[in-house]
Amino acid sequence: MIIYNYVFIGMLLLGAIGFAMAPVIVMGILGPKKRSKSKSEIYECGLLTTGETWVRFRIQYYIYAIMFLVFDIETVFLYPWAAAYESLGLFALVEMVIFLLILAVGLVYAWAKGVLKWV
Amino acid sequence: MNVATDWALPLVWAQQSELDSIPWLKWIIVLAVVFFGIFPGIVAYMVWGERKVAGRFQDRIGPNRVGPFGLLQPIADAIKLITKEDIVPRTADQWVHLLAPVMILVSAFLVLPVIPFGLGLAAVNPPSGLIYLIAVSSISALGIFLAGWSSRNKYSLLGAMRAVAQLVSYEVPQVMSVIPVILWTGSLSMVAIFDRQVEYGWFIFSPPGLLAFILLTIANIAEVNRTPFDLPEAESEIIAGYHTEYSGMRFGLFFLAEYLSVFAVSCLGTAVFLGGGTLPWPFTGEPVVTLGSGQGLLSLILVNLPLIGIFMAKVGLYVFLMFWIRCTLPRLRVDQLMSFAWKVMVPLSIINVFIAALWYEFVFRPGRPNYLLGWGVTAPLVLISVIVVLSIYKAQMKADLAASPTSRRRIATAN
Repeated sequence: MIIYNYVFIGMLLLGAIGFAMAPVIVMGILGPKKRSKSKSEIYECGLLTTGETWVRFRIQYYIYAIMFLVFDIETVFLYPWAAAYESLGLFALVEMVIFLLILAVGLVYAWAKGVLKWV
Repeated sequence: MNVATDWALPLVWAQQSELDSIPWLKWIIVLAVVFFGIFPGIVAYMVWGERKVAGRFQDRIGPNRVGPFGLLQPIADAIKLITKEDIVPRTADQWVHLLAPVMILVSAFLVLPVIPFGLGLAAVNPPSGLIYLIAVSSISALGIFLAGWSSRNKYSLLGAMRAVAQLVSYEVPQVMSVIPVILWTGSLSMVAIFDRQVEYGWFIFSPPGLLAFILLTIANIAEVNRTPFDLPEAESEIIAGYHTEYSGMRFGLFFLAEYLSVFAVSCLGTAVFLGGGTLPWPFTGEPVVTLGSGQGLLSLILVNLPLIGIFMAKVGLYVFLMFWIRCTLPRLRVDQLMSFAWKVMVPLSIINVFIAALWYEFVFRPGRPNYLLGWGVTAPLVLISVIVVLSIYKAQMKADLAASPTSRRRIATAN
């Protein structure tokens, strides 16, 4: 039965790609084609772009990404726990409290260290 | 198991008989009519609706030239976008530049099939529906980053970095705020979540449910990059953010994807907290069936017509709430945005999981539901946790402000 679902989703995926590509292709055919050098430059408020764009950027973004990973993996544990809560009973609840407390300590530590502060 | 059978595993899953029993024609009709006909139509008229609503909020009339009440405006917009010149920067990464909006639109489309619009009226009902929904909806972050990166424009890159930071930050509370629903249903299937609400009433009618709904709504608005969380495309700061270098229909795809995502997250909020297509009072319905189970599609739709109507009315109200918030609130500052996610939303959603577990013990545990005790215990807990988290956040903000070199007090004392 499960294969049913994913065959449909696969069909939807292909259809959506087609649905998205078709107007772009039609635009390429219908639209005017007047190429010029300055038109295909990068638009930065009318000034020419200076320097390389693809550079390394600040660490702050990566720190948030790492925090996200921690909590996202936490939810991977939380989802099955929540789905099976009825049959797991009190022991699982206590275990989850301990697990989340450990993570909360991590969040508090990050907070105290100023990681969550956007400078 | 040897290598040969390992390789043959996908074929075993898709046994010939099973593939034969797939109603290909029916599915293609459903896809063409509902997914690529009705949903984009709804989205097109949502754009029209937003322009009308925003016009009224700003004491204007809004679009009224093309057709009666401007009703043909979306069609005119589509024709305009499709006849524009296709301009791609010479130095951009051409393939990725094309692929990025497609990816965002695909992710918005993929959310929709698991939404139960009526009793059993979900296109598919995988057992992992909710986690599937959240997984595919987060693909859009990747698409936004690819769009900003491939444009080779500094504003685009800034917008993309902001978008990724914002999306990953608000994804945590979004994902965590639906955990109470899973806990109360005992299943990840969207149809099961809907059935549970048919049986027990809407999930929003409980203190942890209300808190979770508010958290989900805030996170939803942030996930679709709308005001007050529209920093990734803040016009006054970084032109148009990640879609600065997109013109014509390529820009149209971003536009379509944004509104399709708004529709999708509204459907999510409605389906998991607002009881889908049901009315607040108890309702006894038909047994649940999906497209795969062989029941006639037409009869399924006819049975569900009132439910679809109620569902769409709720989605309309939810979308209107988003428009309203957009017209009312100014844009946040980037540090406020991030600290609000991590210092308010994440702690509250973690606490809420346990309050939800308590509510489960009082109400959903087999036996007689004790609503009085449930409300009596969880409502104060929810209130206390909201007050505590908010006051810690406020104190923190105050301390930060006092410590910052440009704070008013410092400047005042220096003078």
